[in-house]
Amino acid sequence: MGAGHGHRLHFHGHSAVHRLPAQCKLLALVLFVLCVVATPRTAYWAYALDAAALGVCIAASRVPVGYLAKRMLIELPFVVFALLLPFIALGDRTVVLGVEVSAEGLEAGLSLLAKATLGVVGGLLLAATTEPRDLLAGLEGRLPRQLIQIMAMMVRYLDVTSDQMRRMRIARESRGFVARNPRHWPVLAQGAGALFVRSYERGERVHLAMVSRGYVGQLPGLVHDEATTREWVTSLALPTTAAVAAVAGWWLR
Amino acid sequence: MVVEVTADHAREGTGAPVLTVDGLAYAYPDGHQALYGVNLEVWSGERVALLGPNGAGKTTFVLHLNGILEAGRGTVEVSGMAVAKANLAEIRRRVGLVFQDPDDQLFMPTVADDVAFGPANLGFSGAELAAKVEHALEQVGMADYAKRPPHHLSYGQRRRVAVATVLAMQPEILVLDEPSSNLDPQSRRELSDILLALDITILMVTHDLPYALELCPRSVVLSEGVIVADGETGQVLSDEALMRAHRLELPYGFDPRQLHPRRYGGSCPPSVDICKTGQRHQLQEDT
Repeated sequence: MGAGHGHRLHFHGHSAVHRLPAQCKLLALVLFVLCVVATPRTAYWAYALDAAALGVCIAASRVPVGYLAKRMLIELPFVVFALLLPFIALGDRTVVLGVEVSAEGLEAGLSLLAKATLGVVGGLLLAATTEPRDLLAGLEGRLPRQLIQIMAMMVRYLDVTSDQMRRMRIARESRGFVARNPRHWPVLAQGAGALFVRSYERGERVHLAMVSRGYVGQLPGLVHDEATTREWVTSLALPTTAAVAAVAGWWLR
Repeated sequence: MVVEVTADHAREGTGAPVLTVDGLAYAYPDGHQALYGVNLEVWSGERVALLGPNGAGKTTFVLHLNGILEAGRGTVEVSGMAVAKANLAEIRRRVGLVFQDPDDQLFMPTVADDVAFGPANLGFSGAELAAKVEHALEQVGMADYAKRPPHHLSYGQRRRVAVATVLAMQPEILVLDEPSSNLDPQSRRELSDILLALDITILMVTHDLPYALELCPRSVVLSEGVIVADGETGQVLSDEALMRAHRLELPYGFDPRQLHPRRYGGSCPPSVDICKTGQRHQLQEDT
């Protein structure tokens, strides 16, 4: 089991971006996305500015562009929708490459594509440079503790449960099962039921193990570093740029 | 059939008993009776194997030792303190329970967080907590893995971390439920090296008989809710009638009469950073 450090989205490194405290990066990402969304639709140069700022962050993080590009496949549904918009939207028509499309739809599609891409790349960069544990620790004191603990358990047991699911699927397939049509759905449902029962039982065992180590209903917090002013300033540079771009976009409209 | 084997000459420990179980009986809420009056004493410094077939009540018994289950009848005492509601916090510090599946025990995002869970519940924090975590991980040779998430460790490494999670609470007795299950031979040996190097009383629940012989000078057989034998491990395992009567079987070709429990000698386990002899050892590479 020579698995690396973090999860599948994480790119191990020690760059300046990796080293920033998780809470700084998280807040920066949220603000950045809000600013990008608030940018006027047709201010394409503002998107370019946002993209350039994000590009600087990626370069600083030393995460290979190809690594992020592969994971951007998650954006595909948005891309399809954005490409459809010019064709299905109503309003004034315009001609692009010899095809008549809706001018408003074209605008909406382009801005949707730009905003979605900026958001996804920002999110991927955060995931690539931050361990899930640090992300949770960064939220400590900012979200209700119970919520953080639930998320921590989820992060911990997601792999265990999905591994169990995979083993059950392999066991089914090894006995010649292929889900071809709805008649096979009951088998899949039973598999899901078995998985639920097993997870529930594991939950009980985990609780026993916790109680054995003196758990009385209050979980200790995750240890995390407090961010310095300098780190806050560094990480807020990205959303500040996006905010300037958005404001300028409205100003010059 | 009940065979009594005297335990006196098998006893290695000294002083007062760490664990005293007297007439412990327990029935589950559904009426199924699991324990019918168990008597057991474990002395300080002993390593005792609790043997028994599946369904003998081993795990039920173990859950009484730290008060997870409440005795129907009889008493359990740990270093003179009765297992009762009022002292549960202290009892759970004194009795370190290592569960069979390390995935049940390790539930925090990283190894260090998990090892910190027990001592944090005891009220430790800051540098003191960090020192306890580091020391416990060093004891099992896993100090280099503190920041890793548990699901990225091998099964053997996870089992070792599970041992560290209770060592960090400085228990008086370490209770291990099937410690060798699912381990490959090398992980098995690494774990036994670690357990032998620990200066702690051990009660090991298992049906891995060679492992019991390797680690524990004394063995106790639990069958159908009662203790049916208590004596020197080699002697207990050599009693063919006893073994057959209680569904305990030695692996093919294994002869307990020719083997003896390992004792902690001068050579130190390779997987332990600092051991009893005070020498520092090369940490083993991740395999």
